[in-house]
Amino acid sequence: MPDPVIDRATLDTLASTTDKEFVGELIDTFLEDAPSLLDSLMTTLAAQDAEGFRRAAHSLKSNGASLGAMSFSASAKELEMIGKAGDLSGAEAMVESLRAEFEQVTQALKDYKHEA
Amino acid sequence: MRHDGKPGPGRLLVVDDNKVNRLLLARGLQEQGHTITFAENGREALEVMRRQAFDLVLLDILMPELDGYQVLEQLTTDPDLRDIPVIVVSAMDELDSVVKCIEMGAEDYLSKPLNPVLLKARIGACLEKKWLRDQQRELIRKFATSEVADELLSTGFSLGGKFVEASAMFSDIRSFTTIAELQSPEDTIELLNTYYTLMFDAISGQAGVVNQMVGDGLMAIFGAPVPNPDHAENAVRAALEMVELVDLFNQQQAAENKVQIQIGVGIASGRVIAGYTGTQQRATYTCVGDTVNLAARLESHTKVAGQPILVDENTHSHLSEAIKVEDLGPMQIKGKKEAVRVFAIPIRHLNPEA
Repeated sequence: MPDPVIDRATLDTLASTTDKEFVGELIDTFLEDAPSLLDSLMTTLAAQDAEGFRRAAHSLKSNGASLGAMSFSASAKELEMIGKAGDLSGAEAMVESLRAEFEQVTQALKDYKHEA
Repeated sequence: MRHDGKPGPGRLLVVDDNKVNRLLLARGLQEQGHTITFAENGREALEVMRRQAFDLVLLDILMPELDGYQVLEQLTTDPDLRDIPVIVVSAMDELDSVVKCIEMGAEDYLSKPLNPVLLKARIGACLEKKWLRDQQRELIRKFATSEVADELLSTGFSLGGKFVEASAMFSDIRSFTTIAELQSPEDTIELLNTYYTLMFDAISGQAGVVNQMVGDGLMAIFGAPVPNPDHAENAVRAALEMVELVDLFNQQQAAENKVQIQIGVGIASGRVIAGYTGTQQRATYTCVGDTVNLAARLESHTKVAGQPILVDENTHSHLSEAIKVEDLGPMQIKGKKEAVRVFAIPIRHLNPEA
């Protein structure tokens, strides 16, 4: 069985220590901010700006983990490591794959919000 | 106002380029009543910190413009900002960065994703420490001499000692017990207060620091905590002024038909161990060592020698020609096996009590 796109337990814990409305607000913020971070992965890749690439991947990793998108977060972490190492060659396919993952995460988070 | 003497909510600065993280942090903190200000990168953080006061900073490491390391670096070199505690907020997989931040002066760290319970505990502990430090700072300002306060505040509250070249001075009032028996307790305390005021003026006027007062005696140090190459000359000049001030005081006392006093001063120069002794809760700046012991012995020897000011050979060798000295030769000093060469500083217009 493949890993679920989002770990509901993470979101439930977050909701129990805050409230559902706040979790909804966090999800919206993430969904608003992530596309520009994903774009920034592409532009920094094109510019061979490893530091900027690393930071964008770092934010996606961190936000993904906060909202239970563990697999997405792990993929972003791989990109962060590539950025940290400084050699961005061959990262393009991974960025595309992260984009595809983000589509799934978006759907899963929207579903979670509607259920709540 | 809170009445239990504990810190209340704090003014917090949250520095993170990531909006989701800022929201997460703010949520937990606002619930606890703290006032939150945000900065989106290190440069903004430093700007806002230079404009307004904060009790605590929550700092992300990886940020555009200036990162967390650069912020810590600037904070530690800024005397106005270096005492504001910083908690580094970082991902679990960045433990090496956390270690680096703690080494650079960060107070503590929190790992992302944030745990609200841990967040609350860490912030509470940090604010409490900051509050205690602020209290301590205020107490130091009130009770320590300004030199000691400055040194304490710039080096941090360390009880460690060090060797310094300095002059130690002991002074007390001759036959004070008899004087105290001759007059009312009120007059005795008033006398002591006047005496201390005069002595403090003379000593601090020569860059000395009074570090102990016991009964009618006091101990002062010249050349520590702030190094001073002229410590011996300054100490002797202070002693001369002390004797002159007591002389003036006696004229005033005589006019009011009140009791007069005589003082004895001993000074020795050389290496002393200086530092803060006591506990973290209560400490005084003090100096110990052979030089200090010799100064105390010389002070008690003033009675035997019939001289108000006695100094050791080392002090004498550092004095300028402007100061008149009388070589009393080797003298047997109580507590010293071998004879010590003693010098007296003669006083004009004064006949020391024999």
